[in-house]
Amino acid sequence: MSAVDHLFAATAFAGPMEQFEIVSIFPFGTENINLEFTNASLWMLISVLVASAFMFAATNKAQLVPGRMQSAAEMLYQFIANMLRDATGGEGMKFFPYIFTLFVFIFLCNLLGLLPTIPGVPHALHVFTPTSHIIVTFALAMVTFLLVIITGFYKQGFGFLKMFVPTVPLWLLPLITVIEVLSFLSRPISLSIRLFANMLAGHLILKLFAGFVVGLLAADGLFKAIAIIPLLGNVGVFMLEILVAFLQAYVFAMLSCIYLNDAVNEAHH
Amino acid sequence: MTPVLLFLASGAEAAESSGGGLPQMDTSTYASQLFWLAILFAGLYWAMDRIFLKKLGGIIEERRNRLADDYDQAAELKAQAQDAEKTYIQALNDARAKASSIAAETRTMLDKEIAAMQAETDAKLSGRVQAAEASIAEMQVRATAKVKEAAVETTQALVEALIDEKPTQDAVTAAIAAAT
Repeated sequence: MSAVDHLFAATAFAGPMEQFEIVSIFPFGTENINLEFTNASLWMLISVLVASAFMFAATNKAQLVPGRMQSAAEMLYQFIANMLRDATGGEGMKFFPYIFTLFVFIFLCNLLGLLPTIPGVPHALHVFTPTSHIIVTFALAMVTFLLVIITGFYKQGFGFLKMFVPTVPLWLLPLITVIEVLSFLSRPISLSIRLFANMLAGHLILKLFAGFVVGLLAADGLFKAIAIIPLLGNVGVFMLEILVAFLQAYVFAMLSCIYLNDAVNEAHH
Repeated sequence: MTPVLLFLASGAEAAESSGGGLPQMDTSTYASQLFWLAILFAGLYWAMDRIFLKKLGGIIEERRNRLADDYDQAAELKAQAQDAEKTYIQALNDARAKASSIAAETRTMLDKEIAAMQAETDAKLSGRVQAAEASIAEMQVRATAKVKEAAVETTQALVEALIDEKPTQDAVTAAIAAAT
């Protein structure tokens, strides 16, 4: 068996869905509730640690004239702060730590998931993208959703419900109100599926193209030469995925800001 | 079967063997994923909120204040400089005005002095002229008297030589006075 055959065999057994499988690292929880620490937990932990390390390096010796790390962190700070301020007009600035954490967490989960796995390590240590799981993105979307509802009622009382009753001709009102309520309720779903589906699709395409390369290399003659096509395709897709990793984190944080605006500012229909 | 087809088939097989669907739909993993997500996200939120963003926001705020202070100070110093310039120009103008007034004063004083000296000299000179004129007049009178005296004497001498009789002085004088 040649080296290429070996590689092919390994890939053949690990299908394109293998990268999304949850693998236990150590058990945790009760008999009824399984809270084991898994590869998903590990990569969330790695994202949190990378974020903390970056922020620590940036703020450890914070100076009036910033160094490189501090400049980068301040740019990120201003970027998120401006995004939130533009969306909520300053009323929502108390959510700044939440939006900042949300963006950084999602971005790093997306980005670190693009790292290549070191060949030969156990399955539990394969690179994993936590945001490629709908339950994770849905939970994050629900945090924003509940934050909007709680803040909305707390700040505006029942006036918060006015956002479902825009000023339209009376005969349209029942229809519009139903549409407004449905669109409001679908927010966490669209928010979570957008992120999850982007991550899922990106990683599937990467894995499929990589599989084509390995498969073609295992074949004879002309097929070996054709392998360059999916390889170049994968290079392109990988660069695109780096952009998507940022873009989806940005979209998630941006939409969270826009939704929070409904909660802190009265609707002006 | 080509390797490509084999690969695709194996992928489908693997998906089937893992419960016949997406690993994302395996609800048995949800509790664990939610649990660790909650802990780690909350932990990151806490660290961001209490430590990192506070520090970063503090330093950004401090820099903004420092810059604003520096701008204020610069504006103040500029105002001070402008004030100083104004004072300087004022002083310069004052000094110039003073100098010109002093010059004018000196000029008038000198003019007065010169006028006084001229008047004095004029007075002195006119006094001398008058004295000279007076002495000239006196000399004229005296000369006239002397001429008359000489005329009398000459007349006496002429008359004596002609008629050998010397006329009296009074008679000659009267005769001359009548003739002139």
